[in-house]
Amino acid sequence: MILYDAHHLPECYAVRLFAALVGAPLTLVPVDVYPGHEHRSDDFLARNPLGTLPVLVDGDTVWTDWQEMLAALALRHDAAWFPAHDPALIGWLGMARDLAASLGLARLIDTFGAPGDAAAARAHADVLLDEIERRRWFGERAGKVWVMPQAHPTIADVAVFVFIALCEDAGLSLRDRPALRRWIDRVRFAPGFIAMSGVFPPMANVTR
Amino acid sequence: MARFARTIAHTPGCPKKRNRAAAKTRWTLRRGGLATAAMTAIDPIVWNDWHPVAARCTLDPARAHTTVLLNQPLTIAIDGAGTITARRDDGGALHQDERYGLVWVCLGTPDRPVLVIAEADEPDRPAVVVGAVAVRAAGPRVIENFLDLGHLGYVHAGYLGDDPHTRVLPYSVAALPQGGIIATGCRMYQPQASPAATEGFDVEYVYKVERALITCLYKSNPLHRDRFDVIYLFVQPVTETTSVAHPLLLCLPDGTTPQGLRAFQQTIFLQDKPILENQRPARLPLADGADTPIAADKSSVAYRRWLSAIGLTWGVIPAPAKAARAA
Ligand SMILES: [Fe+2]
Repeated sequence: MILYDAHHLPECYAVRLFAALVGAPLTLVPVDVYPGHEHRSDDFLARNPLGTLPVLVDGDTVWTDWQEMLAALALRHDAAWFPAHDPALIGWLGMARDLAASLGLARLIDTFGAPGDAAAARAHADVLLDEIERRRWFGERAGKVWVMPQAHPTIADVAVFVFIALCEDAGLSLRDRPALRRWIDRVRFAPGFIAMSGVFPPMANVTR
Repeated sequence: MARFARTIAHTPGCPKKRNRAAAKTRWTLRRGGLATAAMTAIDPIVWNDWHPVAARCTLDPARAHTTVLLNQPLTIAIDGAGTITARRDDGGALHQDERYGLVWVCLGTPDRPVLVIAEADEPDRPAVVVGAVAVRAAGPRVIENFLDLGHLGYVHAGYLGDDPHTRVLPYSVAALPQGGIIATGCRMYQPQASPAATEGFDVEYVYKVERALITCLYKSNPLHRDRFDVIYLFVQPVTETTSVAHPLLLCLPDGTTPQGLRAFQQTIFLQDKPILENQRPARLPLADGADTPIAADKSSVAYRRWLSAIGLTWGVIPAPAKAARAA
């Protein structure tokens, strides 16, 4: 499978990370989104008229939605990551999209000079982080170590992790969110985990 | 040079009215002058120097770019013909230039041009703007991190260093005749020194700091090991504790595309970002012994001493006794 990739975008990292977790080999094609605007080029728009990253290609099949990519990779490699029978999965994937529109946006504004209202985006993200911390804190007390009730981690963990792990780039902190910090470490220690710039690998000197 | 700049900044203009047209012109200048006087808190060394504020390639005619330089909000616009105009949001005066694909602004009275980079004129070195990255750290902290050989094997493990090759061998540091410092004879084993490297090798480095917020390194190119790639880091001082890093690559052709070079350098810089943002105190302490230096930190010690000697106050915690002696 070929992944058209931008190294700094959480949505692209989610697919790279999940492919590594389930052992799916990917061929990465870097797209110079910043500062090159390559995603607005005719070549790229021919591949994905939405002009968004990532894009996953397998023969004639093209995926342009990063969450759909996670589901597709899970179905192909390890369906335990994709509990489709549980409605909570819809809620958590929606939460990840809300994080993209708030935390992810604040990060793009603050770090890469994208247009938008960083303070408003950050305020929304702050509310979401508080709510996820609350759910995690009660979840831990009920013996649930992942965001979904399942004993196995799910694509929902990956989908929210890639934003929360980069929250400092958006001017947010996990200092007062201990349950989130413990869950972040749990994801980082998952077998096959890979980092991206700004996300620390489980041990100081281990990469890829 | 630094003392000269300070004299200019502390001498407010005293315009005398002669005729209406001249008075109007002077009014503009005077507004700039008054704003300067009101900004006496801003270090004249940075106030009277040139700083990058945007890259031409990221400017969009449909939408002006907003940024902040030395606490002053700026708007940078480009029109359909490619003409770039930088303005202070408070209407104050500024000086504008364009070099190396970047827009440069001086808010005070420039006493020298934008830094001249000889390598930028070498025909086989295309200048590649990497893409600005904002970082919640003081400008001098960003420069010091760039000079630090000791972190390569840890923060950039797998790329610019690797366990167990983390030892920093002795190197020399000297003063540059025009001001600033140069570190030579730095060597580091690097598994992936650049996108073109196909194997690890002992990379030779030279570091220079030519201005308070400009640094560069020369490192062996994996294909032309007798010539050097040049990487500049220009730091735009936003507030005393926030900055925008503008890296510029002047690399020899080795088959790497500009896209590949950019992705590699962004990956490296974004690895430094969380380290920089968690350093305390936020401003770089210049007092000897404020941090505990080891031999590997020789260039950092030299940088801090040079900043002390020129009397920089922006983004640093000055060393009281030393600053008095240097002045
Ligand atoms: Fe670094």
